[in-house]
Amino acid sequence: MSGKAQTIEQVREFTDDSYKYGFVTDVEVDTAPKGLNEDIIRFISAKKDEPEWLLDSRLKAYRHWLTMPEPEWQKPKFPAIDYQDSYYYSAPKSVGDGPQSLEDVDPELLKTYEKLGIPLFEQERLAGVAVDAVFDSVSVATTFKHKLEEVGVIFCPISEAVKRCPELIRKYMGSVVPYTDNKHACLNSAVFTDGSFVYIPKGVKCPMELSTYFRINAENTGQFERTLIIAEEGSYVSYLEGCTAPMRDENQLHAAIVELIALDDAEIKYSTVQNWYPGDAEGNGGIYNFVTKRGACRGRNSKISWTQVETGSAITWKYPSCILQGDNSVGEFYSIAITNHHQQADTGTKMIHLGKNTTSRIISKGISAGKSDQTYRGLVRMGPKAEGARNYSQCDSLLVGDKCGAHTVPYIESKNKSSVVEHEATTSKINEDQLFYLRQRGINEEAAVALVVNGFCREVLQQLPMEFAVEAQKLVGISLEGSVG
Amino acid sequence: MLEIKNLHATVGGNEILKGINLTINKGEVHAIMGPNGSGKSTLSYLIAGKDGYEVTKGEILYNGVDLTEMKPEVRAAEGVFLAFQYPIEIPGVPNTTFLKEALNSVRRHRGEEELDAMQFVKLIKAKAEELGIAKDMLKRAVNVGFSGGEKKRNEILQMAVLDPKLAVLDETDSGLDIDALKVVSEGVNQLRSKDRAILVITHYQRLLDHIVPDFVHVLAHGKIQRSGGKELALELEEKGYAEYGVAAE
Amino acid sequence: MRNMVNLTQPYVDQFDAVKERLPGAQLPWLEARRVAGLARFKTVGLPTVKMENWKYTRLPNLDEPGFRLATWDDGHVAVAGVPAFFSDQTALVRLVYVNGIIHPELSQLDQLPDGVSVEPIAQVLETDPGFIEQHMGTEAVAYDQGFAALNAAMMESGTVFRVATGVVINQPIEIVYLNGGTAEPIYRHPRNLFVLESGSQATLVKRHAGISAGAYFNNAVTEIVVGDGAILRHYTIQADCLEALHLSSVHVRVGRDATYENFNLAIGGRLSRTETRVRLEGRGSHCNLSGAYLMKASEHCDNTTVIEHLVPDTTAREVFKGVLNDEARGVFQGKLIVHKDAQRTDGYQMSRALLLSNRAEMDTKPELEIYADDVKCSHGSTTGQIDETALFYLRSRGIPEALARNLLIQSFIAEALEEISDLRVREAMAHQVIHWLPAQCYFAEEWKQP
Repeated sequence: MSGKAQTIEQVREFTDDSYKYGFVTDVEVDTAPKGLNEDIIRFISAKKDEPEWLLDSRLKAYRHWLTMPEPEWQKPKFPAIDYQDSYYYSAPKSVGDGPQSLEDVDPELLKTYEKLGIPLFEQERLAGVAVDAVFDSVSVATTFKHKLEEVGVIFCPISEAVKRCPELIRKYMGSVVPYTDNKHACLNSAVFTDGSFVYIPKGVKCPMELSTYFRINAENTGQFERTLIIAEEGSYVSYLEGCTAPMRDENQLHAAIVELIALDDAEIKYSTVQNWYPGDAEGNGGIYNFVTKRGACRGRNSKISWTQVETGSAITWKYPSCILQGDNSVGEFYSIAITNHHQQADTGTKMIHLGKNTTSRIISKGISAGKSDQTYRGLVRMGPKAEGARNYSQCDSLLVGDKCGAHTVPYIESKNKSSVVEHEATTSKINEDQLFYLRQRGINEEAAVALVVNGFCREVLQQLPMEFAVEAQKLVGISLEGSVG
Repeated sequence: MLEIKNLHATVGGNEILKGINLTINKGEVHAIMGPNGSGKSTLSYLIAGKDGYEVTKGEILYNGVDLTEMKPEVRAAEGVFLAFQYPIEIPGVPNTTFLKEALNSVRRHRGEEELDAMQFVKLIKAKAEELGIAKDMLKRAVNVGFSGGEKKRNEILQMAVLDPKLAVLDETDSGLDIDALKVVSEGVNQLRSKDRAILVITHYQRLLDHIVPDFVHVLAHGKIQRSGGKELALELEEKGYAEYGVAAE
Repeated sequence: MRNMVNLTQPYVDQFDAVKERLPGAQLPWLEARRVAGLARFKTVGLPTVKMENWKYTRLPNLDEPGFRLATWDDGHVAVAGVPAFFSDQTALVRLVYVNGIIHPELSQLDQLPDGVSVEPIAQVLETDPGFIEQHMGTEAVAYDQGFAALNAAMMESGTVFRVATGVVINQPIEIVYLNGGTAEPIYRHPRNLFVLESGSQATLVKRHAGISAGAYFNNAVTEIVVGDGAILRHYTIQADCLEALHLSSVHVRVGRDATYENFNLAIGGRLSRTETRVRLEGRGSHCNLSGAYLMKASEHCDNTTVIEHLVPDTTAREVFKGVLNDEARGVFQGKLIVHKDAQRTDGYQMSRALLLSNRAEMDTKPELEIYADDVKCSHGSTTGQIDETALFYLRSRGIPEALARNLLIQSFIAEALEEISDLRVREAMAHQVIHWLPAQCYFAEEWKQP
């Protein structure tokens, strides 16, 4: 009940200012010249002081990218992206070689994160969550680094990992999402700037939640982060990611890659609360969130679980997926996607069953409001050797108002008689009787909608770690503002 | 009639039965009682021949012949009947079609003449009447949309039609209210005869108030821990399974 | 790699060679439509797996067996008779084609009720071309289907079925297409037009069967208009031979308070694809698109459906069941589109498949595309094998394994057959299913739907 009460509270609190993360931080920045070409890539690589092999792989990706057509199968339609009209590198000047501790971080940046609800100092002291804060193209702070290192966990910006553990990077980066995978992933492979690297050694249960907060601040800047998580045999990690950006009139591109690798008996839980700036009520501005997230369950009995709450971005294009290679491995996808105003989202998952007795579960809750348009797109594939594999999918869509769209496009492919695939989907309008009941008890319409939607999403919200669940619940209410009446 | 000797069995690699010995003669009614997870249902599936239940040691002799290599349908034709704890729903197959097919398969196996539609209808109507089963239950698809009581009555009807020599009733009382329990028990009691052996598997004593057994066995940890007369059931009702190392539920 | 022009060119040449001889060649409006169809075909080209709608169905190389266009002579190959379908053969109204040419001896049209006509399209183009001009042509060409466009250009045979306003007929009318039996493989482009005027009701059974083993390629387009308040029950049985290719696209418009019921049973054919597109144009209209397919060897069966809810208060229902043995492959693609303002739409879609072999494959794509909020739409899909528990249950009652499997397959398919509202047809279809089943089946006679 307290969650619901909180939602109502939040809805009241934010009625005047619907996107509270829309401010701009005034910091001096170091920027690459506008546009995209091989020199820019060399510039980024040089800024990061990268080894030759990495520059080569960036250039290789860039050259391939030039030959790739834009994907056009997705439902959202938007004007062609002018890749030359964007900055590919922007870093607060004060960061320099990267801070060693929070005391070294520019106070202006700390204030920014505080305003975003991520007080880094407090998080360190109170919440016990290790945070990597990525501001535009660089990581500005990583907390709890030393404590984690005591148990052998490496949690650092990926640019640092390139120097510290190049062999891991060379072995695993691009092994789940090759640069040829799709146009956006290819671009990322060429121009990625920062992101988080996590390595959990054999048998280690990571002692705290790890999290990264991504913030796009600079104007006309794309963010291209890259995350790589490796869970060795028998290890466990729960990783959280949050994203925000200022309100700007133009569309900004965010093309990230996340790769997860789980070896024998390892488990990775990856949670996202995505709240990039969605654009204004008329559909101006907002982030193009084109992300490739994929996990490989390489080991026996390994498990990868994706949970996402997608409320932001003008356009979302993302399909966190699992490749279930190891026998008995498990893939999960829990998703809430809320679109309002003119937002468009095309999101879902792929579960590729290769190993024996692999199981996967997909729970997707889509809420469309305003004039938004949303698509669940998913693939479940049972390979010929995936004996005894199981999948269960449930995709529910809720429509709030008569000007939005909700679509469900599942692809189900079975090449194996002993595997079982079950898929169910429903689309319906928000229940008027429930709304009336709540309103009759004195709850205003928007709060009532938020309550009903929270109930609709409950199964997914429960998957989130505690503090994220609270934040996500608030977001549900806020994102639906202006959707009724 | 049934002789189980030092039976060890595994399910999915886990050893569930660890040396069962049990002899049932014709005309006798035996009850096996035991806590959840003691291997009661495993024993019933082994007798009926379900896939995935593997005998690793020992044997199940039925009239002197080892059952374990026999297909389930052959066992049925030979007179082994299992009343399922959870009877299976088969949409689209009318109950009568199913019963006629089963009966004629069994009759063919026994070298008896198959019943034609008329003879069969006559037989099934008579049996249904004896057991107080409504006609519409015969027309409906096998167990689909049946209440818990109806499903169990349908099992007893099948038993009456197939006329087995050995009937195993697996948790026949589960999910039944007291009235339904009475009806089902009466059905079973009608089918008691000096030529038929019945093995009742149950967790609770209450079923045995209605189907009074000649012998009671306590199964726990994959072994028969104790055997006795019907008074053993009452003792269990009072004391629970605690003395067999099983905590109260 | 062969390019598009090379692939389409043989068909274009063929068109040029035969266009003078095609039915209705004297009609300028028809010629214009044929030319437009050919142009569309050249633009769209042959379907490839890169096209979203053809993702799971790859056409074999069509030039390889050296298909030629069917001729008048092909309509006179020896035919043993019409395979039985209904158990009661009395009062049958039946039109039989052999390779697209009507076969008068096998046809029975003497009991055709008043207000109903069923005639070859070539004949209607002579006697009442205005009717065809009014109803045919515009729908099929608009879609992104190369073969439907080619049919618009090449159509040479097919049936016009008309039921006059208010006429209600209960007796099913059969149209039987017997194909093949020729020395070289032939292909055909039949074009059907079924028009039910307002308030009329009819049941139509379309049957496709092979005359003998050997390849043939059918590229059919059917256009259907179900007038206001009318009911059409449209049933198809595809029992083509193992080498046959069968592409069929069905375009239906359903008027106010009208009902269109379609059931497609596929039990044979190297490759068959039925693409059914229904437009629910009138308030209160309803459609039921269902089907069953039982495939073996390396047969391939594709059911693709698109139902568009264009106005408020329309309902749709789909139940598809498939059984795939050996290396057979099944495809189900079903799309429900609820247009803006099509409030109070109720749409239900179910696709289930049983795989009997480890080499069989099933691909399913159920889609919902929804732009109105007051809707109730759902779909479900399962793929799996025969339920081992149910199999054990039957065997524990003495039923031998092979028979028990058959019984379970039958019961699986029966759920789809229940969608057929005409009980005679349902029973006849059930018999077709039994004939398909492997091993012996003792209970064929008892197998009557309640």
